[in-house]
This record gives sequence, C-alpha cells and structure tokens, in this order.
Amino acid sequence: MSLTISIVTADRTVLERDDVTRLVVPGADGQLTLLPGHAPLVVSLAIGEMLVHAANVAEPVAVHGGFLQIVNDEVNVLADAAERVEDIDEERADAARRRAEERIAGRLEDIGEADFDLVRAQLSIQRALLRDRVRQRN
Amino acid sequence: MPGGGTVRAIKQRISSVENTSKVTHAMELVAASKMRRAQERALSARPYASRMRAVLAQLSGSGTSSNDETMHPLLEQREIKNFALIHITSDRGLAGGLNANMNRASASVTLERQPDVEEVSVLPVGKKGRDFFRRAGFQMLAEFTELGDFPSSSDVLPIAKIVIDDYSQGNLDQVYIGFQTFVNPAVQHPTIRQILPVQPPEDSDDEQVAAVDFIFEPSAEALLDTLLPRYVEMQVLEAILEAQASEQSARMVAMRQATDAAEDMVTELTLTYNKARQEMVTGELLDIVGGKAALEQG
Repeated sequence: MSLTISIVTADRTVLERDDVTRLVVPGADGQLTLLPGHAPLVVSLAIGEMLVHAANVAEPVAVHGGFLQIVNDEVNVLADAAERVEDIDEERADAARRRAEERIAGRLEDIGEADFDLVRAQLSIQRALLRDRVRQRN
Repeated sequence: MPGGGTVRAIKQRISSVENTSKVTHAMELVAASKMRRAQERALSARPYASRMRAVLAQLSGSGTSSNDETMHPLLEQREIKNFALIHITSDRGLAGGLNANMNRASASVTLERQPDVEEVSVLPVGKKGRDFFRRAGFQMLAEFTELGDFPSSSDVLPIAKIVIDDYSQGNLDQVYIGFQTFVNPAVQHPTIRQILPVQPPEDSDDEQVAAVDFIFEPSAEALLDTLLPRYVEMQVLEAILEAQASEQSARMVAMRQATDAAEDMVTELTLTYNKARQEMVTGELLDIVGGKAALEQG
C-alpha cells in the first residue's frame, strides 16, 4: 500500500508521485505523519519541512503554508509556495535572508507598534531557515 | 493621362504598405510567442484551481449539513446595495474587437444592475477598460494598469485584497469579475462571474468523496478562514491568466489579418503601378512618334 501525492502551487505542480510510504507534514498545530490507510483529513499547513518517504529515501520539500487533504490514500497539497531541494537557489536564498536580517536589525530600536515590515521580515527568516534545513538534509 | 508624379506616388505607397506589413508581421510573431507562454501559464495554474474547488466543495458541504447558519462571512448572502465589477482588459490595443467586446459585456451588466442597487462601482484592470468606464463616469474602487505581460501571483493579490476587505467591512455586497475566456487562438468569450459572496463549487466529478466525513484540523471554520480568501485570489489570478492568453491570441489574429490585407494591397497597387507605368511609356512614345511625324511632314 502506498500514498499518491501531488504538491501544487498557484503557479505550478511541484511534485507528483504514487509510491509514497510515509509522509511527515508540518501541520498548523504541529507535525503529523500520514501513512497509507489514513482517515480522510483536511489540515492547514505551517511554514515547514515536509518529508516524502518513498523507495527508502526521504525527500525533503520546503512548504510555505497552505493546506493538505487526504482521502482514499490520495494526498493533495495546495501550498502557497513549495520548493524541492533543486528548486532552491542558494544565492537568492542567502540574499533574501540577509535582507530580512538587516531589516529586523534596523527595526529593533523602534519596536512597539505593530509593524507589517517586521512581520514580513520575520516570516522571511523563517523561510530562510527552512530552506537551509531542507538543503542540508541532502 | 498619368504623368511621372502618379507613378512615383504609387511606388511610395507600395513601399509604405510593405513597411506596415513588416511591422504587423513582426507583431504577429511576438504575439504568437507570448500567447504560447500565456497559455502555458494558464494551463499550469489549472491543477491548483481544480483541487482547490474540490476541497472547498467538500468543506462547505460538510459545514452546511451540520448547521444552517452561514459559517463564514465571505459566504454570507446580504441584501445587495453596493455592487462592484472587476473589469479586466488589456493595456494596449491592436487586438481586434477584444477590448470593445469586453467593455460591451461589462457595460451591459453594470447598466442592468444600476436600477436595483444603490451604488455600482468598477475596479478596472488594464487601460482600455479603465478609459472606457472613466468616460462613462462610473465610480472606481481602484485601478490596476501596466501589470505587464506575465504578472506573477503576487502582482494580482492586491486586487483580490481590495474586494475582500471591502466586502468584509460591508462596503460591498456583491462582486463580479469580467474577463475574456481563452477558448482557442481564434475564439475568446467575454465571461462574467460572481466571486463574492463566494459560491461554493458544486462537487461534480466525485460523488463518493463528497460523502466522506473529513476530520478538519484545526477546525472547519479555521480552514475556511484561510481557504476562502485564497479561493477568491485564485479566481482573480485565473481570470487574469485567461485574459492574457486571450489578449495575445486576439492580437496575433488581428495582426495576421492586417499583414494579409497589406499583402493584398501591395499586389493590387503593383498592378496599378505597372498599368500607370505602361501608360506613361506609351504616352512618351506617342509624343516622340507624333513629333517625328510632324517633322517629316514639315
């Protein structure tokens, strides 16, 4: 028994396979593991790493929010953005992280009011850390 | 009797028509390549759209069965006082009747609505539609122009955000979106559909799945909270991608017709030119022959 999985974003299809034995998912309320025969479920996703176990290899996929649906061993992931290791551009990822870090450093003095840019920068850092983790796993 | 001036004028006209046909041919090729890309983008957005519809159909189905109250503000049907239309056209012309048809379709919807509601406003995307509705004196929520040929999803998010915010705050009670659907390179259809309040899609392809009892995490309400705005965003993005593919294909066809017309014109003008030239030569010969005859007689 195996899971059929497809990870899609608004722009493209990121991953499709039908031999997945185990799926580790960053749920909004915590990590969960899906195995074949799982009960029908819709779960909203956090920014985190998804592990696709297939053919004795665990492929990491960076998922930046969205949601997942599983029914009859078919998994649909509707991600806001998702990247496989080969999709992650190291230079761009590092540049994005540096920008975010600078922005946060610049804001730390006048914290207090809710700051949209600060929140954005923090999210950006979160994504950078995730990309690192996904990259280093390989 | 045509003199040298007419012949030269025809020749100039031929070369100017030839230049025009070169330009229109180049534009046809550019539009054709852009159309392919736009089509690809519209296609690659489709899996997300169809899966999103399926999930939403299941979610809303499970929600309405448990209680009759509306479970999310974006699903709430209100008395319609303020109506808005997102009107998608292109920034540039030279696309045949594409924008004119879209303007006409949108105008008929807004005019039809006007007597029944307090306020009709328009959110134009693209210069052609903006200018049209501005001339007609409609209230504008905002305007988006120069999105470029291949706008990304983050470029179109603000459009959805404006209508979602206005709808949640009660400034708008119903929102439609109008765009040209891409049927095939030769055919585009003006389409107008409702995006707010959200009409949950009918689950058509999979009755079996619709009957399944899902577990929702964190909860159906929380999921709808994130899913519904995304559904609206997705519909806006989908509409814009369709409109782009339509624009490029309409331009490609219009430019091909222009090139063909120019080539026909060149053929016709060349014929006229040859006739005129022959007449001129004949006239000159007659002059010489006549002159010679006059000299011999004298």
